[in-house]
Amino acid sequence: MFGWEYPPHVFGGLATANYGITHGLQALGDMETLLCLPRPFGDEEQDACKIIGMNSVPIAWRDVNYDYVRQRLGNIMSPDDYYRYREHIYADFNYMHVNDLGCMEFAGGYPSNLTEEINNYSIIAGVVARTEQFDIIHAHDWLTYPAGIHAKQVSGKPLVIHVHATDFDRSRGNVNPTVYGIERNGMDNADCIMCVSELTRQTVINHYGQDPAKCFAMHNAVYPLAPELQEIVDQRLPYKDRKEKVITFLGRITMQKGPEYFIEAAKRVLDRTTNVRFCFAGSGDMMNAMIDMAAAYGIADRCHFPGFMKGKQVFEIFRDSDVYVMPSVSEPFGISPLEAMQSGVPSIISKQSGCAEILDKCIKTDYWDIDAMADAMYSLCTNDALHEYLQVEGKKEVDGITWEKVGQRIRKLYDQCLQRC
Amino acid sequence: MKTICLYFEIHQNVHLKRYRFFEIGKDHYYFDDYENERGITETAERSYIPALKTFLEMAKLYGKAFKVAFSISGCAIELLEQYAPEVIELLQELNDTGCVEFLAEPYSHGLSSLINEDVFRDEVGRQAKKMKELFGKKPTVLRNSSLIYSDDIGGLVADMGYKGMIAEGAKHILGWKSPHFLYHCAQNPNLKLLLRDYKLSDDISLRFNDSSWNEYPLFADTYMDWIAQLPEEEKVINIFMELCALGIYQPLSSNILEFIKALPAVAKDRGITFATPSEIIAKSKSVAPMDVPYPMSWNDEERDTSCWLGNVMQREAFHKLYSVAERVLICKDRRITQDWDRIQASNNFRFMTTKNVGVGFYRGIYDSPYDAFTNYMNILGDFINRVNALYPLDIENDELNALLTTIRNQADEINVKDAEINRLQARLSKFEPVEKEVKKAPAKKAEAPKAKAPAPAKKVEAPKAEVKAPAKKEPAKKAPAKKPAAKNKADI
Repeated sequence: MFGWEYPPHVFGGLATANYGITHGLQALGDMETLLCLPRPFGDEEQDACKIIGMNSVPIAWRDVNYDYVRQRLGNIMSPDDYYRYREHIYADFNYMHVNDLGCMEFAGGYPSNLTEEINNYSIIAGVVARTEQFDIIHAHDWLTYPAGIHAKQVSGKPLVIHVHATDFDRSRGNVNPTVYGIERNGMDNADCIMCVSELTRQTVINHYGQDPAKCFAMHNAVYPLAPELQEIVDQRLPYKDRKEKVITFLGRITMQKGPEYFIEAAKRVLDRTTNVRFCFAGSGDMMNAMIDMAAAYGIADRCHFPGFMKGKQVFEIFRDSDVYVMPSVSEPFGISPLEAMQSGVPSIISKQSGCAEILDKCIKTDYWDIDAMADAMYSLCTNDALHEYLQVEGKKEVDGITWEKVGQRIRKLYDQCLQRC
Repeated sequence: MKTICLYFEIHQNVHLKRYRFFEIGKDHYYFDDYENERGITETAERSYIPALKTFLEMAKLYGKAFKVAFSISGCAIELLEQYAPEVIELLQELNDTGCVEFLAEPYSHGLSSLINEDVFRDEVGRQAKKMKELFGKKPTVLRNSSLIYSDDIGGLVADMGYKGMIAEGAKHILGWKSPHFLYHCAQNPNLKLLLRDYKLSDDISLRFNDSSWNEYPLFADTYMDWIAQLPEEEKVINIFMELCALGIYQPLSSNILEFIKALPAVAKDRGITFATPSEIIAKSKSVAPMDVPYPMSWNDEERDTSCWLGNVMQREAFHKLYSVAERVLICKDRRITQDWDRIQASNNFRFMTTKNVGVGFYRGIYDSPYDAFTNYMNILGDFINRVNALYPLDIENDELNALLTTIRNQADEINVKDAEINRLQARLSKFEPVEKEVKKAPAKKAEAPKAKAPAPAKKVEAPKAEVKAPAKKEPAKKAPAKKPAAKNKADI
């Protein structure tokens, strides 16, 4: 399996998805996963998969002794593995920027020289593919597609790619040709394409010209709240003590997430009521424009912009919220409504988001239908029965969406794929 | 000899329009006229008119050997009168043949029987009156909305003077008993119960055109054989369904009307007759009381009230709605009472169900139960505001009722006094010419009306002053205000 990030070092949504999928597959009992990461930190949990640090795989022969290797690699990789990989170097890469171990360094995360790192990643993948024994290749998101293709060419094993997002979602149609090229190439070479939602599947079919028969929707899931997060959520004030209602938007404040529709709806709600506050948790290129917009509508005293939230802070926000709104214009999946519902916050989500396909106990509106969105907000703030119902039933529903089930579905597709190839 | 009792429900919901919360207080019109017109004309064309024409033919063909019963909700009558009057004409024509009985039912097709006795009495009364107006006969048998029935409802209906009621032959209530007998209400033996045979009814209304059903295609002979083969002592077969079943649920192309048309002939061959509910009640004897502690209905697999009141949202809306019931009953504003009937309809609650109902469930204009709830609560919010605006909120309902009764009584009193004054004045004018000279009479006559005029004017003002006064000075006026009310109640 090729991934780019893994908890606890989270840069985007990919890490949690990787974590869930590996654990879901682990739960099946008869699966072993090798997860290739560009730059592991060594403190990753390795109970569900064996992590291979790509920055520790040699691509150029260096004569180094065992103790030195052990001292250099520390807990990222054992020296035995290092020597095993060294046996399978397939070309002379001395012209690359290799270090004293014959390995390449990765910055990790999403640096500016991302394309170069993607290329390096795929070179190293060739060494790994020649060394390890495996039945199927699973590549997550476009960063790892070239590596997946390379591994497929080397080993002849089927390639499964996992589409967590496409450039069409990120750019609302104005795609970056390089990214599109990499994505398209990966999809063309894949034997099976797993998309995080039916919405993404349609994008893959329509915009990337893929055969619908090899595209499948594979919805994400969530893990039950960790005890320390549950503790935060349990501090929620009882209903009668919450004098003011808080409606929350959480995510990057960018065009893709539709923050302007949230403000428009907020304006309509505030025209009728006084005891509601609106919270924009997040940052992004449209943040200043949104503050201006709130001021122009004269509702700035009721709109709050606390900035980017992470980890525990997210759940503190949920604890103090009464309604969560995700008005995304285009969202491949969108995991945060699931987290909100886990925390007992009823959600309003746009029909244009992938998670709307698997959620039932939440309110869905079109992202452009500001009236409907405002109506739903107002209703949740004034009708306790609706709030209570969605709070209780929503939590129950999300608790039923588990990675174990996703693991089983992925396994089924693996089996189909192996039969065909 | 077995008897078939055929009954059809005619009900169409008055659809609510999309009503956002910012319209509360600004827009008091709640209905989707386009959808209502489309819905009722479509149903009339595809189902009601062809079905009623078939019944008319049957009545002519078989004479009194064919009998059928209908009940029409008040909302449906209003819609039909406005958009499809020919349906009412057909019903009247059918009524003239003498083969038809019309049953009473709550005007709104709502759930008032489960919560408010006064509302239930009021709306059944209004529907029965309407039946009398349209078809010349006051109904003696009642059917509640969606056949909701429980012991308490039975007791209430018996108290209202109805002889019989039709209800669901729900398996969980009947147990080993058969629906093919006449039963009576456990609380009052004077109220007879006809129980629906859901298997035979659903064979027509649900499965007739289902090609995967093992009895498909169903012929009238086969169907009548099933009835004829029932044990000798089971005499009453109640087949109840919505009239929409003929033409909408089962399309006309399935020849369902031909099937219905053939029934009386094949029944006659097997010695089976048709009768209306009241005929059955008059002829047969009840075999046993029927204990129904919890309400049952003909809806869903559970046959209970869970499709309207199953989740917290539905119960919240339901209780909110009936929280203003007493005030609506007091008020005489025509628009409010009409809206009251329409928003009470059980369909509005059905749209909010979160039960897992099959794929084809019709949710009206709403795309989810939450959407239906939000829209309904917005409308209800506006409606409640209107009701509350009629009378000051700080007066208790009882007191308000007492005050209004006082005003009404005083108005009556004034009328009586006016009449008395007129009478006396007339008498006076008779005597006057005798005492005085004839010449002076015209002048006097002119004076008399003048004297009369200010008097009633003053009296008319009086009640107005009365209304305002108690509102301002409550404690002082409380005692005198309550007395006339008590007196009035005693009079009733």
